[in-house]
Amino acid sequence: MVRPQSLLFRMHIDVPLIGAVLLMCTLGMVVLYSASDQSLDVLIKQAVRILIGLCAMIGIAQISPSRLARWAPAIYLVGLGLLVLVLIMGTGRGAQRWLDFGFLRFQPSELMKLAVPLTVAGFMADKVLPPRPRTTAVALMLVLLPAALIVKQPDLGTSILVASSGLFVLFFGGISWRFMRNCTILGLAAAPLAWFSMHDYQRRRVLTLFDPEQDPLGAGYHIIQSTIAVGSGGLNGKGWLNGSQSHLEFLPERATDFIFAVYCEEFGLVGVLVLLLAYAMIIVRSMQIALDAQEMFGKLIAASLTLTLFIYIFVNMGMVTGQLPVVGVPLPMVSYGGTSLVTILIGFGILMSVQTHRKFIADT
Amino acid sequence: MKSLPTLKDVDRERRLFRARVLVACVFMALAAMLIIGRLVWLQVLQHAHFTTLSHENRLKIVSLAPPRGLIYSRDGVVLAENRPSFSLAVVPENAEDIGAAVRELGTLIELGEETLEQFSRELEFARRFEHVVIKSDLTPEEVAVFSVNRFRFPGFSIEAGLSRHYPLGESMAHIVGYVGRISEADLETIDQADYRATSHIGKIGVEKARENLLHGSAGYQRVEVNAQGRVLRVVERTPPVPGADLYLTVDARLQAAAIEALDGRKGAIVALDPATGGILVFASEPSFDPNAFVNGISRSLYRSWSTSADRPLFNRALQGQYPPGSTIKPLVAMVGLEHGLRQPRQTTWCPGWYSLPGDEHRYRDWLRRGHGHVDMKHSIAHSCDVYYYHLAHDLGIQRLHDGLVRFGLGEITGIDIPGESSGLVPSAKWKRRARKLPWYPGETLIAGIGQGFMLTTPLQLAHATGIIAMRGEVLIPHFLDQFDGGNGTESVLTPEIYRRPSVQLRDPGFWDEAIDGMVEVVHGPTGTARRSGVDAPVRFAGKTGTAQVFGIAQNVDAKDQELPEHLQDHALFVAFAPIEQPQIAIAVIVEHGGGGSSTAAPIARRLIDVYFEGAVRDTDESIDG
Repeated sequence: MVRPQSLLFRMHIDVPLIGAVLLMCTLGMVVLYSASDQSLDVLIKQAVRILIGLCAMIGIAQISPSRLARWAPAIYLVGLGLLVLVLIMGTGRGAQRWLDFGFLRFQPSELMKLAVPLTVAGFMADKVLPPRPRTTAVALMLVLLPAALIVKQPDLGTSILVASSGLFVLFFGGISWRFMRNCTILGLAAAPLAWFSMHDYQRRRVLTLFDPEQDPLGAGYHIIQSTIAVGSGGLNGKGWLNGSQSHLEFLPERATDFIFAVYCEEFGLVGVLVLLLAYAMIIVRSMQIALDAQEMFGKLIAASLTLTLFIYIFVNMGMVTGQLPVVGVPLPMVSYGGTSLVTILIGFGILMSVQTHRKFIADT
Repeated sequence: MKSLPTLKDVDRERRLFRARVLVACVFMALAAMLIIGRLVWLQVLQHAHFTTLSHENRLKIVSLAPPRGLIYSRDGVVLAENRPSFSLAVVPENAEDIGAAVRELGTLIELGEETLEQFSRELEFARRFEHVVIKSDLTPEEVAVFSVNRFRFPGFSIEAGLSRHYPLGESMAHIVGYVGRISEADLETIDQADYRATSHIGKIGVEKARENLLHGSAGYQRVEVNAQGRVLRVVERTPPVPGADLYLTVDARLQAAAIEALDGRKGAIVALDPATGGILVFASEPSFDPNAFVNGISRSLYRSWSTSADRPLFNRALQGQYPPGSTIKPLVAMVGLEHGLRQPRQTTWCPGWYSLPGDEHRYRDWLRRGHGHVDMKHSIAHSCDVYYYHLAHDLGIQRLHDGLVRFGLGEITGIDIPGESSGLVPSAKWKRRARKLPWYPGETLIAGIGQGFMLTTPLQLAHATGIIAMRGEVLIPHFLDQFDGGNGTESVLTPEIYRRPSVQLRDPGFWDEAIDGMVEVVHGPTGTARRSGVDAPVRFAGKTGTAQVFGIAQNVDAKDQELPEHLQDHALFVAFAPIEQPQIAIAVIVEHGGGGSSTAAPIARRLIDVYFEGAVRDTDESIDG
């Protein structure tokens, strides 16, 4: 059947998805206003970033998936080069993550969050699935090389996220459970090795995860204060702008990584369920796009980006509620900060591209 | 192990993909359940526990402002103090409808438009649980009216604080100066950590000059605050170190007498103790009320002061630059002696005018008929202009300039309050640089009688008079006598820190030649200020001066009375007393006051009377001092 094509569809915009995204950004702005101590300045900056992100999203949506697949390796190589450059001449507090071009400060690891899954998906889509050992090996190489460079910066959190976005492509590509089990065993065996290669602050963060009270003024402080904020929010919350835990400055990073704690404190469990519902709308729609995709590339990239988005949400919320270590992952579309927001929105652009470039001939 | 397919099987791949998506969805659902479960645990089951935690364990560090040091006069009068002051404030989260409440408050307490504007601006950026001040410095009546009606305004309260107050107001404004709110510019000059809790800083006068002594250092306390940010308990406290109390050399009684003697005329009076350099009187009239600046001066009042023709904000004693007129004649006489160009008994013929060789132009004496044969003593006593035209011509401008600069003219004295003017002793070099013009010989003559380009501040004149009184000893004029640095550390500043190298004359007897002339001014039968010397409690030395404001053609006999007030001459008088072991040196300038002998000298005499009234009763002490 041939569906009537609306104007928005011809603009390659997926209405359910953009609706849910806009809803999410609005919720984000509401809580950001409170978390930033009612700073209009912060709000305006964030609004500008959302606008830039939305433009980028719509722009990306115009490019067909097959073209994206063709461009992916080049983007991947550029990203890899920039990662090396960051190690040589990057700037940043404690860790080198940024490249400063004077007119623009840029975090190459952010680029790899999209370049890695695109490249792996492009590589695997042509191959016979489930992947044969050779394909798997090459794909793993594609994933682990940038991840290793990012660990070096050092940025463990981002490294894991970049790696998982690539591994998810392998997962959706049908890699065998057996292989995954073996890798997991191998990984656990290598854990002590990883422990010794960690930086002190990363070790402390892992340790304080298991017993935050150990170090109440240092690394455990984040977790203690954020669980107090979340817990004291209760069912209905303390009300917008009334989160004393947040506003008395007990909560660190409250506009960025820990903004979820502010949300929990002010809007309570009821508010959190609304937030989760909004995320669920985005994820359900994205998975639907993956299932409806006609080409294997589209399916793989859509599904892996969706699962990656979920992981972001899960890791951030797990961190704020004291279930996961503090790894510095922002809450998508809510946390203050430009780069990750734009990356996420470009991801949605890719999903829209997959959805709107289908050939409607005999889709069952 | 199943063999792997070697060709793409689209249907199989799709089935596989679908299965994996299903697995992913199940995973995501489980993970979401985990998060939700955790949130239910934290927010519902453990809610009470975390609410308690959020009410407790709230340690904050609060900076404590040190109380500012007080300022006293030498006779123990408080010049600057910290007075309790009350302000009306509101904690936004405790108030219901701030707008309506403020409107209602306006019917009880007068809230100006400027006040309300400021308040709404502050309210916008304030935290909900911190005080926002609506109006500061409430009158006792306003405090009472609000207190009675307090129950009607939940969240509003009266906050007590300390506010700087200057009990003597106008009379000490040009000495003590005032404090004001810390500005952006101030922030760059201070240690911001130390000033976190401090709201005011010295802006001018002693308040500014001695800011580091007066401020003290901030303390800290660790406090426990509740959910609203209200302080529950002080856990730990490091008290602030209060600022040092300052004792000034200024004599409040004498200062009051000086201002009274000026009797509303514009002018300046500086009196100092020549043996120490300590300032006794530093009056500049008209003055202003420094209390107006403390909590922010209103724009209209500031405009009226800063645009007033009387310039009340202008510190005439410190910054006013006036031609010294004849008051510098004793100095010029000594320069002449120093260069061997005059002997004390040597006379000059004064026909009432002087002409440069080969020039028709007549430089007139103030006494048209002339003074006849005049020696040095009488040239000072009668203030003969022709004597000094001659002498200046013989000296030349460079030697005159160099000689006068030795007495501190033309440069700042280094007094311990900021903003001093340097005055001007002209020279050919100066004129070439500043005016791009050559020096004319006639200008040397005019300079010799303290007119023309020459400018001095009242402070410089008192300082120079002090140097004469002390026969060359130089002590920097200053206000700070001693300070009490809080925890028992008292510091008396010895006069030695204010001492500078003496002015050495070829023959110390030259000082007495000048001083004899100055005594003759007051006590001689024909001295210009003889009327002010009658029945004086002590013998004193003085010199009159009249500074022309308006250039009067040389051959016209000017009568000041015929000129409008703002064109009349400034009246000057310098004096010191007693003649041996001097205790007070004085410079008086009355703007447009006419003659030095008729207007300025009686003021100096009045100060001497008041000063020695107490000292005569207590002679021993005054000689020790």
